[in-house]
Amino acid sequence: MERLFLFVYNYRAFFTLLSLEVICSWLILQNNQYQSSKYFNTSNAVVANAVATSTSVKQYFGLREINRELAEENAKLHQLLVKQKSILLENKLSIIDSSKLKNFTYTSAKVIDNSTAFSKNYITINKGEADGLLPGMAVISAKGVVGKVKTVSKHYSVVISILNIDEQVSSVIKSSNYFCTSQWDGFDPQVVELKYVPRHVKLIVGDTVVTSGYNAVFPEGIMIGVIKKYELKEEALFHDIRVELAQDFAQLAYVDVVKNSLKKEMDSVESVLIKK
Amino acid sequence: MNRSVIIQFISFFFYLLFQVLVLKNLVLFNVAFCFLYIVFLLSLPIDINPLLLMVIGFLLGISIDTFYDSLGLHAFAMVLVAYLRNYWIAAITPQGGYDSGTLPVLDTNGIQWFLVYTIPLIFVHHFVLFFWEAAGFTNFWFTFLKVISSVMFTLMVILILQFTFGNRRRI
Repeated sequence: MERLFLFVYNYRAFFTLLSLEVICSWLILQNNQYQSSKYFNTSNAVVANAVATSTSVKQYFGLREINRELAEENAKLHQLLVKQKSILLENKLSIIDSSKLKNFTYTSAKVIDNSTAFSKNYITINKGEADGLLPGMAVISAKGVVGKVKTVSKHYSVVISILNIDEQVSSVIKSSNYFCTSQWDGFDPQVVELKYVPRHVKLIVGDTVVTSGYNAVFPEGIMIGVIKKYELKEEALFHDIRVELAQDFAQLAYVDVVKNSLKKEMDSVESVLIKK
Repeated sequence: MNRSVIIQFISFFFYLLFQVLVLKNLVLFNVAFCFLYIVFLLSLPIDINPLLLMVIGFLLGISIDTFYDSLGLHAFAMVLVAYLRNYWIAAITPQGGYDSGTLPVLDTNGIQWFLVYTIPLIFVHHFVLFFWEAAGFTNFWFTFLKVISSVMFTLMVILILQFTFGNRRRI
């Protein structure tokens, strides 16, 4: 026994290394999951405050651009509202189920931290549990898909950016209605990969790719981007497609968090099917 | 508590804040990162207890991780560098050895020794960091480009800082 202790003592540096590295590895693996640690990330109030201060200085220099984008979005929404009103008046639509009408609710949030250069990028926003946010909610911007909420604290949340090699978004090619999956490959923060589009599908450069609405996270028809180029290798089962993102992530300033009030219902119906 | 411990304690927070508030926003061409905080670990006294060094590396790494949303990643790389550091210092002992209590900085042993000391350790740190972050070797060359360019960027900033502020240690 004594020799064992002596052995451990002699190699104490190595054993400390081992135990610390095991702790670190465990933390890394934990962090890759949804709802991981609640305190050691940028949604922690102290950390978020510091980050927000540094970002507010940075964003000060981009105010002109942000202003222009917000004004554009405003105009677009205004137009949409007018159109919607006229349709409602014309058809005198009777709404049967009001819960369907209020299916998606939006919460606007400000981006206080963002990165695009890592393989796993996260965004921190200034809304949290107190504003009704929950892990798993979709995050979009005026231009397109942004990501999914990962962890929430009281007033801040961390969002898994679509520029994260682990994040997949169920999508659809608008012109042909083909169902596929968007995933980032880790290279260019402007371009994502479109996977699982079979050989026989005809593609055109410039085709729009939007969210499919097949899972209860993203609403249907949210813009992802346009096809930049595609390639079909010999023996490959699927096309090799690059999609240029509609949202420039380096310029992200304001986002909307989407709450799907029917998510529980949709998931429970689907889980019954899965169980069988 | 002597004076140098207090200075080290303050510089721990200085490097941490400088990293997460300034350098975090500074990524060149989307590939070159500057992880200056590693120089805090590298410039601790030569004869520091290796266990203490690893614990300090772990704490600094975890603090950085909290800001980068990458829990455990920087800590892992830092602990490894902390472990290797003292062996590496012993391996590259110049003729005549080190005086006890000196800091392994540019002014103590000259630029040539300093480069031999820092480059491999920074490389190990960045290599572990980027390849674990990229979840393996799938994009090997792109990740390797990130490693190499970040090593150069970090080293450049370290050298500039050592040349400008380092001479207070000169007698």
